[in-house]
Parts: sequence; structure tokens; C-alpha cells
Amino acid sequence: MFGEDGGLLRELLVERFNYCIYVVLLLIGLYAMIAKNNLIKKLIGMSIFQTAIILFYVSLGVKEGASIPIYKPEHDPHGHHAEDHADHKPKDANASSSASADAHDDHHEVQALTDEQTRQYANPLPHVLMLTAIVVGVATLGVALAVVQRIYRAYGTIEEDEVMKAIMEESQGIPSTKGSPKSKKGASKKRKAKKA
Amino acid sequence: MSENSIALIFACPLFGAVLCTFLGGAKRALCHPVAVVSLGGALWGGIETLRRVVASESHEISYLLGGWTLDSYPRGVGIEFRADLLGTLIMLVVIGVAFLVALYSKLTVSEETPEKEGPFYTLFLLQVTGLAGICLTGDAFNLYVLIEVAALTGYGLIAMGSARAAAATFNYVILGTIGASFYLLGVGYLYMKTGTLNMVGIQEVIVQQDLADSATMQVAFVFIGLGILIKMAFFPFHAWLPNAYSHAPTSTSCLLAPLVTKVMIYVMIRMTLTVFGVDFSFEETLWTKLLPWLVVVAIVCAATMALAQRDLKKMLTYLIVAEVGYMVGGVWIYNYYGLVGSIFHVISDACMTLCLFLGAGIILRKVGTSHFDGLKGLFRRMPLTMTGFFVGGFSIIGLPPTCGFFSKWYLITGGMLAERWEYVVALLFSTMVMVVLFFRLIERIHLAVKESGEEFGHGHGDLDLPENETRFDEAPLSMLIPLLLSAAVVLLIGIYNQDVVNLVESFLEPLNLPKGTDR
Amino acid sequence: MRKLAVAVVVLTGGLLLYAATDFAAWGDPESPASDSDVSKHFIAETGVDTEVPNMVTAVLADYRGFDTMFETVVIFIAGIAILAILKLTGKDATKTPGKRKDEVDDAPDLIVTHTVRLLVPIIQLFAFYVLAHGHVSPGGGFQGGVIMGASFILVALAWDLPRAMDRLSVDRAILLAGVGILIYAGIGLLAMFLGGEFLDYAELSTIFPVSREMARYHAMLGVEIGVAFTVTTVMFAIYASLSSKGRLEGGL
Repeated sequence: MFGEDGGLLRELLVERFNYCIYVVLLLIGLYAMIAKNNLIKKLIGMSIFQTAIILFYVSLGVKEGASIPIYKPEHDPHGHHAEDHADHKPKDANASSSASADAHDDHHEVQALTDEQTRQYANPLPHVLMLTAIVVGVATLGVALAVVQRIYRAYGTIEEDEVMKAIMEESQGIPSTKGSPKSKKGASKKRKAKKA
Repeated sequence: MSENSIALIFACPLFGAVLCTFLGGAKRALCHPVAVVSLGGALWGGIETLRRVVASESHEISYLLGGWTLDSYPRGVGIEFRADLLGTLIMLVVIGVAFLVALYSKLTVSEETPEKEGPFYTLFLLQVTGLAGICLTGDAFNLYVLIEVAALTGYGLIAMGSARAAAATFNYVILGTIGASFYLLGVGYLYMKTGTLNMVGIQEVIVQQDLADSATMQVAFVFIGLGILIKMAFFPFHAWLPNAYSHAPTSTSCLLAPLVTKVMIYVMIRMTLTVFGVDFSFEETLWTKLLPWLVVVAIVCAATMALAQRDLKKMLTYLIVAEVGYMVGGVWIYNYYGLVGSIFHVISDACMTLCLFLGAGIILRKVGTSHFDGLKGLFRRMPLTMTGFFVGGFSIIGLPPTCGFFSKWYLITGGMLAERWEYVVALLFSTMVMVVLFFRLIERIHLAVKESGEEFGHGHGDLDLPENETRFDEAPLSMLIPLLLSAAVVLLIGIYNQDVVNLVESFLEPLNLPKGTDR
Repeated sequence: MRKLAVAVVVLTGGLLLYAATDFAAWGDPESPASDSDVSKHFIAETGVDTEVPNMVTAVLADYRGFDTMFETVVIFIAGIAILAILKLTGKDATKTPGKRKDEVDDAPDLIVTHTVRLLVPIIQLFAFYVLAHGHVSPGGGFQGGVIMGASFILVALAWDLPRAMDRLSVDRAILLAGVGILIYAGIGLLAMFLGGEFLDYAELSTIFPVSREMARYHAMLGVEIGVAFTVTTVMFAIYASLSSKGRLEGGL
């Protein structure tokens, strides 16, 4: 772990810079989610938190000397499948090709890439996973915002401690769990009056 | 068609959900039958799948979504559904419970969330899709997506109730997101080290490349474990659960309370046994040493807090937290019988929690409050409802012949054989607490004793209550029948416990867990 | 709370940095994630299996199509849940809220509306391009759907919500979101009925006059269209209900 030239710090900061940044982002988000009092700020923290994980996955997909995971024209299977591709079978990836493999594709049926060619493309999987994670993050954020609006409508505030206080007042007014809507509105009105 | 029975399990509720959305406007009344029918289809698919799994030689079925091969090493080009005995059993419990709740929900949904039947049943069915999918999926990332499906529908279902429920939902959203994100992060670590997302594929690579010592794997284990513990409301992380479930609309809490935490315990068992493997999870990490002590704290605290509640639904939610402690403990005492007990308890706890929540829902609807003060003399009014409710209660205490007795029996046996006396003591303590809790309830409901201990009647019909409070006034059939069915299931699983345990044992047998007897 | 948060953050950070020292070197082509058979299969065989040049699209919509179906379902859930949470029922629904202090009743700005008039068709055309071109370039159902949804949101921003809802009412948006799920899951189910497994698009070649590979290619376009339906409509529905606090009128 502690290499001769530079040691742990160098290993962490220089060679794994992205991995440090994602940790920092994640911690900022986590801190905001736990410590902040304002509900919206908590949600901002949540977004940062999720973005940090996305950064981690994307860093994981980095591959030196590789291009984006879309076939270059010479490897492109599309556009030359007009006839008799129905019966072709994947060829043994290593046997058929050599350095000249790049040029042959225009006339041949679609073939699997060689190891050499495979190295030219980044791994598509982390990108796909993160597309999913982004979508999930957006959906969660949307639902959470709706919940916050609902809380604001009922209690007239988005500060956590004030919401708590309003809930306490409400439940002390009526011992049963079912607070009547009247008392709720009374509480929120009082709150507004105090603010004004 | 039979080989596609697994697809029916998620396809039926999925299409049912979309149909409910279409009907949600003008033909709201049709949503309930659609939900029941589509869950019926899923139930059929589930039973058919269980039949096939039991019949197959290796006791597991692979269903390759998209038809991609498993030939690559490590496997995991496409997404795989793996139905083994463990997953199939839990999946069947999920769908069975959901089916009963769907039957039950007809009245409460239109009363508590008027004009929202369409969205309610849509989310309800998608919740079931997510939970059932979690039990079957063989892909670690697909599991994350399905966990989020279940979580988001849960947020929606809870928050569409009262404003108080929405306030509780917010905590759920925050903690739920932290939990799921930790899990996602852990899966990323696994992927970084193994290069696949397939659960069996990950296990193969861990064994072959001997990754147990790697710091990444250790941290991945911690994050996945922590994420799941947060999601299942294990004691220090339970803050979201009691308020969210006790203020949620009745049908929502009936669906979520028995299922969500149990399915998460299933995920933990799946992660420890299938993904990381027995050797890694139990031998190479500190969890076996550490967690039973946390479990003791969890059980004792949750049981004590349950004792302090004066509200029926609130009390039940703390019981769930205590029960989560039982099952987590059963896994981490690292003993064959403990794990049998844990898995069996997941099944029986789902049934008995359902029973209790269905009963509590009826009480809430009839009396208008679930506070203890409102319960007096209820047995006279609703004898059948109360009988069903008490079957669930006896099962939580662990009285034979209910299923709770047998699962607790295995848990305690496991604790003794593993010589984890602290766990055994915690279990016994919590059993005592539950006895106190439920006999206190019986006093109120049956014998009509006031808080101060002073009797205001002679029990059994002579309660000195006004005529209108003792009149026979049973719950409507649409709510009563599911309650009695679930009570019957609690008893049946208890009576036929050996059959269930046999299935669980044939899943656990190949794993070579220590049985504690051969020392 | 603050102390607790600091403690949690320090612990988590320590664990994460401890793990980071063990990670594979930055960008290492030999790291397990980049070098495993799974990743190689995606790069080497996508062309053979599906004839789609964009591997991300192929992995998204075919190899891991089941994930993507539930991803679409997640979007759908978000739309339904937000509407259900904010929906006003009974007494609240009929009550018209008083005007907020910061609400101004200005006519839509001339320059803004004219620019939007010009922009919206181009945005929508671009959305179709992104959707249809997802097989050969970055793009696809989610991206196209979001751009399409943005065009409706732009109309709502430039004029007001009712103007946008004339084009796409929220009720219809949710219906169309359901249609998107139906398209996706329906293609999966059709493949199942034709004898394959759920989402095994190759089986579609038995009823369409294309090869098994091209069946996958075209089915991917089909499911992307389904995704685009759901994303477009749900984006707009979320905007409409959040910006109007569930009243579905007025606007920001």
C-alpha cells in the first residue's frame, strides 16, 4: 500500500483523484441530509449524494486509450446487412482476424471484434447503469419535492423543527391519532401569524 | 406457458397497474376488481413456479430475461431471474399477503383516500411487482432498481394519506435513499472487483480469485449490509418506520408493514449466502462477532418502546422493529438452526403482522381511533374480528400451535446451539414483553378493565356499557374474510410447519453451515 | 444532530478512502470491470448480436432491457405518486386559494412568446432525431423524451400552465405514460408468446420479415419509443403539478 515513491497520500491524491472527489461529494451530501434543518436543503444534499455515486461509477468505466462505446465506421455492423445475413453465425473472435481486420468489414458479414479492437472501446455497462441511477434519482427527487409541498400546505413551513413543533401541538390538542383538519389549520395559521 | 410462469409473477401486476391508471378517471370502481384479478394471476404463477422449483432436480430455475446466455465467465451478460426455494417461498408470501390486502382494501381506500382509487391501486400493484421481483432476481443491480420501485411506490402510498403521513414520509425518503444509495455503492465496489453483476457470477469470482482479503470487498460488504439494515429499519436506523406506518392509510400499512421489512431481510440473507458466500460473510468479517450484540440492544430497546405506546398501531410498528431484530440475529449467530428459524420467521412474521394490521384496520374504522382507550368491550361487538386479531397476537407471543411458536423455537434453538446466550436472553425478554402487551390488550378488549386497574363490569358481556356500544356490530365481510383467512394461514403454517421447514432445509443443506451439535 | 452528522461523515469517509487505496489503477484496461468477459462481450459481440453500433443503447435496451423496463416504471410511479400526493380532494378542491403576494398577472412577454413559438418546433424535431438516432449516436428514449417534455414545459413557462395543458392535459399525460409502459412490456410479452423468454426480441423475427438480429434492432427502437412516451408525459405532469401545487392551474 505504501509505495516507495510518495506513499499513501500520493497514491490517493494523484493516481485516484476522482475517487477522492467522489468521496468528498458523497460526504457533503450525507452531511446535508443529516444535519440540515431545512427540508429543501436536505433534498439538495440528497441530490449531491446520488451524483457522487454516479461519479464513482463513471470513473469506474474509464479505460486508458479507449474511445466512447459506439462502433467506429470500420467496425460498424450497420449498413451492410442488406442480404444473406440471416444465416450467419458469430465467428471465432480470435481466429479470423489480424491487423488487417479494420479494412475487411465493408464486404464481409458482421463479425465479433478482436481483443485488439475491443481494447479501443470503453466499457458501456457503467454508463447504462448510471442512466438508470440518474432516472431513479430524478424520480425520487420529484416525489420528495411533492411530499415537501404537501408538508408546507399543511404546516406552513419547511423547517424541520417547526414542522415537529406543529405536529406536537396538533397531537396534544387531541389525544387520539386522528387530528381533525381544523386544528391543523389553526396551528398553521398561528405559525404564519407569528412569522408575519 | 408453464415455463413462463415466472414472467406472470411480475407481468400480471404490471399490466394490472397500467389498467388501473386507465380506469382511474371515470371507472374508478373497476380498479379494485382489476387489482384482485391481476394478483390472482400472479398468485397462480407463483404457485406454479414453486411447484416447478420443488420438482426440479437442483431446486432452482433460471429464467433468462431477453434470452441471453449464461456461457460467459463470469456469467451475467443478460439479466437472470433465479428462482430457488428461498426466493420462491418469500415471493409466494409477498403475493399471498398482497392478495389478501387487495381483497380487504375495497372499503378503506374509497373512504380514506377518496377519488384516488386509480393511483392507489396502480402504486399498490407496482409495489407488489417490485417486492416479488426482489425475491426472484439474480442480478445485483436489477435488485437495486426493484428496491427503488418498491421504495418509490411506498413513498407515494404513504404520503397520499393525511398531512401527518406526508411529514413522516419525508424521513422515510431521506433514510430510504441513504440505504438504497449505500447498497448501490456497494454493488459498484463488487462490480469493480469482479466485473459482473450477476449474483452467482460474483460469488464464483470471489471464490476463484480469493478476494476475501481485499479492502474493497470488505467495505462493499459493510455498505451493502448497512444499506439493507437501514432499509429494513434495524434498531438504530428505525426512525422512519413507526410514524410512516402508523399514520399511513389503513390498506397501505397493511401491505407495507408485513412485507417491506421482511423482504429486506430476505435481501440480507441472499447477499450473505449467495453473493458473498458463507465463508466470506461469516468467517472473514466482524459481523458475526458484532451483530448479535447490536441485535440484543435492538430487541430490548424496541420491545421497551412498544411497551410505552398507548396507541395500537404505533405499538404494532415497534413490534415490527423488534421482530426485525429477531431475524437479523437469527442470521448472524451463524448457526444452521438459527438461519432456518430466521427464514421461517420471515414467512410467519409476514403472516402474523398481516393478521394484526388487518385487525387494527378494522378497529380503526369501527371505533375511529386506535388509541387503547377506545378498545374497551370490543370483543362483545366484534367477536370474529377480535378472534382473528388475537390469533395474530398469540403468534407474535409465540404460543403453539401458531406459526410464531415454531419459528421462535428454531431461533432459540439456534441461539443455544451457537452458544449465543445474550441472544437467547433477549428473545425471552422480548417474549415476556409481548405477553404483557397482548394480555394488557385482552384485558381492555375482553374484560373491560380501566387503565387504573379498576374493573367497570364483570367481563364477558356485563360491561356496564351503554347499549349502543355492546350491540353486535361485526366488521363488513370484505374486511372480515381476509382477516380470518390470514388468521387461518397463521394456524395452518403452524400446523404444517414441518413442510415449510423441509423446503427451507433443502435450500440450506448444501451450504454446510455449522449445526452446533457436532462440537 | 450536527455532531451525529459529523461522526457519520467521518466514519463513512474513512471507510471509503480505505477502500479507495485498494481500487484498480486509474483507467487500467486490465481492471476486472474493463477486462471481464461480460464487458468484452458487450463490446465485441453487440454488433453480431444486435447490429446496433451504439453499445450503450444495445446494453440498455436489450442486454439489460429488464432493468430499463423497471426504470421506465420508476418514472411512471413518480408521475402517479406526485399527482396522488398533491391532488386536492373534496372541500379543498373547490376552494380557490387567494393570490400570493409575489404573483403577478402580467400578459405573456412578446419577445419570449415569439422566441418560444420559433423554438418549440425545432426542439420537438430534435427530440425525434435524438430518439430515432439513439442506435448510432448518443441518444435514445430517455434523452429524446426529456427534450420533448421540455418543449411542453417551455410553453408553460412562456405563457402559463393552462396554455400548455390545452396541448397536453395532465390526465391525458398520465394515460400516455401508461401507454409507454404498455408498449415496452407489450413487446416483451409478445416475444414471450412467440416462444421465447420475456423481452427476448429475437423471437419477433418469426412474425416480422427480418433476421433475428434485425428483430432485436427494431424492437429496441420500439421499446425506446415506449420509454419516450412515458418520459415526455411524466416530465410534463411532474412540472405541472409541482409548479401549481397540485391545483393544475395558473403556473409559476
